Amino acid sequence: MKHEQIEVNIGFMMVLIILTISVGGLIQIVPLFFQQTTTQPVEGLKPYSALEVAGRDIYIREGCYTCHSQMIRPFRAETERYGHYSLAGEFVYDHPFQWGSKRTGPDLARVGGRYSDDWHRVHMNNPRDVVPESIMPGYPWLERTALTTDTIGKRMSVLRTLGLPYTDDEIAKAPEALQGKTELDALIAYLQNLGTAVKTRR
Amino acid sequence: MADFNSALWSIVIAAVTVVSILALLWFTWSQAAGRRPTAGQKVETMGHTWDGDLAEFNNPLPKWWLNLFYITLVWGLGYLIAYPGLGAFKGMLGWSAQNQYDAEVAKADATYGPLFDKYKAVPVEQLVNDQEALTVGKRLFATYCTQCHGSDAGGARGFPNLTDNDWLWGGTPETIEQTILNGRQGAMPAWVAVIGEDGVKNVASYVEHLAGRQVDAATVEAGQKVFSTTCIACHGPEGKGNALMGAPNLTDDVWLYGGSHERIAESITKGRNGHMPAHREFLGEAKVHLLSAYVYSFAKGNAPAQ
Repeated sequence: MKHEQIEVNIGFMMVLIILTISVGGLIQIVPLFFQQTTTQPVEGLKPYSALEVAGRDIYIREGCYTCHSQMIRPFRAETERYGHYSLAGEFVYDHPFQWGSKRTGPDLARVGGRYSDDWHRVHMNNPRDVVPESIMPGYPWLERTALTTDTIGKRMSVLRTLGLPYTDDEIAKAPEALQGKTELDALIAYLQNLGTAVKTRR
Repeated sequence: MADFNSALWSIVIAAVTVVSILALLWFTWSQAAGRRPTAGQKVETMGHTWDGDLAEFNNPLPKWWLNLFYITLVWGLGYLIAYPGLGAFKGMLGWSAQNQYDAEVAKADATYGPLFDKYKAVPVEQLVNDQEALTVGKRLFATYCTQCHGSDAGGARGFPNLTDNDWLWGGTPETIEQTILNGRQGAMPAWVAVIGEDGVKNVASYVEHLAGRQVDAATVEAGQKVFSTTCIACHGPEGKGNALMGAPNLTDDVWLYGGSHERIAESITKGRNGHMPAHREFLGEAKVHLLSAYVYSFAKGNAPAQ
């Protein structure tokens, strides 16, 4: 094939470009949707509770993912510090996933149970109260802001369409579970659940 | 990673990959053909001009450039033979991320395992005299403990100071080790509903009195009455605390949640539920043993320099 043939036939060139790009995507991405390790939850993984869903939305709202990853790579240096490396099946209920791409702060994939609730309360309010060297900003308004209960049912229904196995009953009772809770309560509930489905010892 | 829902996926991936590489090989080769002008010969152009006299040569790619493409393609084929990539084919080298990780961990265990085993066999009482062991403990502490207890082990409000030889749950090597392995859960209930706000104020004053401060005698007396019915179960009749329940000694003027009248009143009003997470599963007993020695070394006065 002479290069002239492609260069003077712009329609033909477009077909070749589309072919080049789609073959890569089809072969690298599409099979992942038909693979058990990426589509089946690991044993013991539970869909987020109503409070955890609310907390997760706050995590996303505050942009925690810009500084914290949720992805422990299979290197000893990481597993010594954070626990067992992350497994694809731990993220099947995450829409969207919170893997992040940069660690200004530590990885949070297995932060659940690592610190006490009290520690998180102090730390969110002003991180330097417990870690003087910390550069993390404080989030003092979380403690003062009550959760809105009117959208949680809708949010959980949307997650159900994305594959989280919620029952009608769970969705109906969701606003009740958020009653009287602050945004900080929700965020801590979410954090304390992170990565707890897999044993932290390798 | 060959757990596809259908074995067909593996075949499709392998086939499309190989066909793509072969197609690219053919395409690159097809571009190699062309006239390479020799010296003196007129160079063929694409047959169009811009800006009056600007024409485009129609030479094939230089040899070195073409060869780079060939090398890349051959490298790609070699890679797919050696490493996983062609569907479920695992590659001739048998490499996988898990294998690499397991090998890395096995190597580290072979290096550091004997060291940890050596220290594990030595009781903490002796280990605190071994500066090398304490240095290892200090490094472990810096990784796993400083977030709550501080890089100097001095603690923070609500998180115990480990250097002052004042212990909530007991300061023997055994209890320190148990604390780290299994965690601790403090359980001071909120008392305001039971003893009322005045009761809280009076008891707070009495607690200040226990700590050796000058407080108004009338409130102390009132506080003592409440204390002797509600507080002594955990803190003891003299307020000396009880290490079995993690109830602090109230007479030593060392305060976990602050020692001002307001802070003491807050503790009584709302209760306190300090929680130390368990570390047995995460750190393993050998590391906890070294950490115990490091923490214990503060009480013995020979902790490594900061």
